Amino acid sequence: MDMAELQDKVCGILADNLSVPEDKVKPDSRFQEDLDADSLDLVEAVLALEEEFGVTIPEEEMEGVKTVGQAIQLVATKLGVAA
Amino acid sequence: MARRRIVITGIGPVTPVGVGVGPFWEALTAGRSGVGPILSFDTAGFSVRIAGEIHDFDTDPWMTPKEAKRTDRAVHFALAAAKLAWRDAGEPSVDHARTGVMFSTGIGGLGSLLNQHKVFLEKGADRVSPFMVPMLMPNASAGHVAMAFGFTGPNACITTACAAGAHAVGEAYRLIRDGLADVCIAGGTEASILELTIAGFAQMQALSRRNDEPERASRPFDRDRDGFILSEGAGALILEEAEGAVARGARIYAEVAGYGASADAYHITAPEPEGLGAIQAIQACLEDAGESPDAVDYINAHGTSTQLNDASETRALKKALGDHARRTPVSSTKSMTGHMLGAAGAVEGAAAALTIHEGVIPPTINYENQDEVCDLDYVPNEARRADVRLALSNSFGFGGQNATIAFRRWEA
Repeated sequence: MDMAELQDKVCGILADNLSVPEDKVKPDSRFQEDLDADSLDLVEAVLALEEEFGVTIPEEEMEGVKTVGQAIQLVATKLGVAA
Repeated sequence: MARRRIVITGIGPVTPVGVGVGPFWEALTAGRSGVGPILSFDTAGFSVRIAGEIHDFDTDPWMTPKEAKRTDRAVHFALAAAKLAWRDAGEPSVDHARTGVMFSTGIGGLGSLLNQHKVFLEKGADRVSPFMVPMLMPNASAGHVAMAFGFTGPNACITTACAAGAHAVGEAYRLIRDGLADVCIAGGTEASILELTIAGFAQMQALSRRNDEPERASRPFDRDRDGFILSEGAGALILEEAEGAVARGARIYAEVAGYGASADAYHITAPEPEGLGAIQAIQACLEDAGESPDAVDYINAHGTSTQLNDASETRALKKALGDHARRTPVSSTKSMTGHMLGAAGAVEGAAAALTIHEGVIPPTINYENQDEVCDLDYVPNEARRADVRLALSNSFGFGGQNATIAFRRWEA
């Protein structure tokens, strides 16, 4: 999987999980301001990413994640996908 | 100061017999059952395979897809019922701080709890949804209804099993009467037709096993009754302080005239055989309403279709109303809706208010053979035109909690 593919996949999962249209979910989308996601929504979304990609994202690594791009980067690092 | 009076100005039923006042009342007066084979899970191996399900319930008219995903089915029903009732009341403009919500449930979001328990067992603690707790908690419906409207008045969930909906109506009535609110959404909701609950209630010998004749299975007061039918759905009533309702020209279904509550203090599930707790609730309700037993024109019974309830409720009515019990029509709309547990009291309160407003008593269907211990007029099988001024609605819960609400034709 390359970065573009991963990005598409993450955005799709987030759109579905947060019940927002797919075209609204872009790397620069901010979870709270742009996607109306509160802290619980974010935890739920991360669970979906963990499930889909078979990775574990500890809470402390989630801290500071404010945008979709940061989430994509987190998953990319776990999977060893280069930018 | 004169006591504040309370009226019902909106009704929102979400039931197995119909959604919205029109379909609901049409079904009840036509004597139509909402009971059928359980379709939501595979019932192979279950001794009970019938229930009162709401099929193909669409959340779209009532909430966003995200809200629907983050809430239990019990909340879906509650939001639909509350919004239907509010619309039915003409969407009055109200002071949000003076508008309360009393929304009950018997069980709460058990389906959501079970889903997450499965995740926990199969995938571990770190995969449990952060929405599990807000989805399972019984008070979620009251919270979501308040959020949907922005009502910041008193808000609570009373969890008294099969009497919960009636307690919600009674406590909402008291909030307005005592000046803590001017308007309340009072209701109950239930969404617990699940493998585990069917199994549990079946083990109690509480459910009917008339699996081959689902529509004939709920037969309150009939000699051959063999248990209740588990049903789902919600009911909501809009209660308003009467002067305000009259001033805005609201359509008034009936007055909430009195409320009586009591405990059996006898057994966790079986009713006290002589109906002593029920008698106490009925008498307290009549006293609160300032009415004599002879004034009662109709009783919407708890009437679950279990051997024990229907016998002890009949005894209680004869004791509480004396000779007048024999002249009083008593019907159980559970014969059609099945038993909606924590929603039942609100839905049956709606039925009692509509009985007064429409001048028609809904029947007890499936009444075929008289039981020697159930010897009142149960309005068998066909609706009856009647001039009803004062109606009582009984609700008795597992736990021994009892509530009776009096509804009276509105006279200024």
